[in-house]
Amino acid sequence: MARESEERQKRFITVSGREIKRLYRPEDAALDYENDLGDPGCFPFTRGIHDTMYRGRVWTMRQFAGFGTAEESNRRYKYLLDNGQTGLSVAFDLPTIMGYDSDHPRADGEVGKLGVAIDSLADMEILFDGIPLDQVTTSMTINAPAAVLLAMYIAVAEKQGVSPRQISGTIQNDILKEYIAQKSYIFPPKPSMRIITDIFAYCAREVPRWNTISISGYHIREAGSTAVQELAFTLADGFAYVQAGIDAGLDVDEFAPRLSFFFNAHNDIFEEVAKYRAARRIWARVMKNKFKAKNPRSWLLRFHTQTAGCSLTAQQPELNIIRTAYQALAAVLGGTQSLHTNSMDEALALPSEEAVRIALRTQQILAEESGVVNTVDPLGGSYFIEHLTKKMEEEAYAYFDRIDALGGVIPAIEKGFFQREIADAAYDYQRRVQSGETAVIGVNRFATEEQPAILLLKIDPAVQERQVDRLNRVRSTRDSARVGEALSRLEAAARGTDNLMPHILEAVKCYATLGEIMGTLRGVYGEYVEEALY
Amino acid sequence: MERIRVLVAKPGLDGHDRGARVVARALRDAGMEVIYTGLRQTPEDIAEAAVQEDVQVVGLSILSGAHNTLVPRVLEQLRARGAGNVLFLVGGIIPEEDVEFLKSAGVHAVFGPGTSTDDIVEFIKSHVKG
Repeated sequence: MARESEERQKRFITVSGREIKRLYRPEDAALDYENDLGDPGCFPFTRGIHDTMYRGRVWTMRQFAGFGTAEESNRRYKYLLDNGQTGLSVAFDLPTIMGYDSDHPRADGEVGKLGVAIDSLADMEILFDGIPLDQVTTSMTINAPAAVLLAMYIAVAEKQGVSPRQISGTIQNDILKEYIAQKSYIFPPKPSMRIITDIFAYCAREVPRWNTISISGYHIREAGSTAVQELAFTLADGFAYVQAGIDAGLDVDEFAPRLSFFFNAHNDIFEEVAKYRAARRIWARVMKNKFKAKNPRSWLLRFHTQTAGCSLTAQQPELNIIRTAYQALAAVLGGTQSLHTNSMDEALALPSEEAVRIALRTQQILAEESGVVNTVDPLGGSYFIEHLTKKMEEEAYAYFDRIDALGGVIPAIEKGFFQREIADAAYDYQRRVQSGETAVIGVNRFATEEQPAILLLKIDPAVQERQVDRLNRVRSTRDSARVGEALSRLEAAARGTDNLMPHILEAVKCYATLGEIMGTLRGVYGEYVEEALY
Repeated sequence: MERIRVLVAKPGLDGHDRGARVVARALRDAGMEVIYTGLRQTPEDIAEAAVQEDVQVVGLSILSGAHNTLVPRVLEQLRARGAGNVLFLVGGIIPEEDVEFLKSAGVHAVFGPGTSTDDIVEFIKSHVKG
């Protein structure tokens, strides 16, 4: 045997702190091809959900965007579509996300800042003006008020002469990860889950091409989790939604084909690829074996990916273009169905038009120049990738056992389990960066004193005023008696067991505002408050 | 020696609490007494907590872009309660031109993305007698 050669570091770790060996050999990746991998498009879908993958159709390039008023965001969407983007993705401002109208005292200073402000159907009509909703698919990043925004989208489509059966897109609608990580919850978990299963049931009947939920690991990772925590907590949430649907009396194959996922693409390329592959395998097996889904579409884990916002640096922001490109490569090697690439300026502000264009071009270069689309699952069979896929799968199952022992996802949230696990991982990462073990180029390596010289997007401070003016106009011109009746019927439904969606749709159509609809539900369900731990 | 008491607070509607929690732990590990308010506190809530907890330092974490509205209000509420002399820090995504505005409003330091928690600890220790 050769002499042990010197290595540069005592240990080599991923961005999640996972130790990686010098070499992986066949015994590290012992697999049964048919059972553990299967060809692409075959159970358990480790290698991909389609037989042709990107040879059949390239992933959807979907840049998340929204700021200011509906007019400004509408212009940005048209700019993106003109530049070859293939799907829309709407970012809402914090008051909309939290179910407040733009004139609510708590909305002051936040209107139009992190996304577009939507108060009523009038704003949604402007947002999608000139965009044919039978030809684009739209993803809406909205959770607690997801039912209201979906209802508004259906109403806008109908005004364009497009039936709910023709529209397609996604609402995020994943409240569990809000309690776990992003914290944009409104109601307590139980009524929140009821609203979600109402949406599952309604869409299965009326909006069959709509993805009713995007079960999200993205925010869990951004909050500081490791790759395995992202994988395990997201899938645990997914299983909790499936169980909730079954408990609400739905047939699993009625709603499971419309469940979709949303993952992060962080810095460590191979760990990310293994994460996506493990996710597909776990989901397929559990859906088939535990939940007894019979429709093969219920077994497929379809996912959107966004590159890691938390990896971007305010220092030397041009370097973010390169980080994002590598992260996008990981998502594509992992078989993503759609992708958002972050813009270089996002550690400083919402992205400028120029920065977004480069981010979109990054995907186009990957799709059309790099050759990575030519074959399916090109890393499949690598000793390292197969080992890592299996290892992450095992670690995810170990987390499922711990969550079960706590009584399931909701009791684990109430006990602060996920929040503590993520806070520990975030702190460990911060310490590794500060000790220099984990490199951040431009921050703890190769730092310079120069200030970034890039132009940032500025939100016009008059946005709030303009938005409140429109809200007042809507309130003074609508049929208030009809609004009052619609809200009373919604309140009665919320107290009872009627599906909420038809009542929300009715309220939206007579221009009840988001704040009024969510306020009605707040009156019935109350608000959730988490324990402040760190 | 008395331990330095710090209130870490999240004002506004923003739920991004990774930074606030990492900083809270780092200050605790540096020997300070840290009180974390939790999310969505009003300026009144924060000022009230600062007085009740008798802190020498207040640190706000804001990533929503609402800092120019929220920060002066928290300062105003602190002054109204006779607590305007605390060391007042802001962390988050704060554009360069807003840093000057916040400092003129009474903020002692603004810590942006990529800040080492060691720098925050050192700043506090050099400005507050424990």
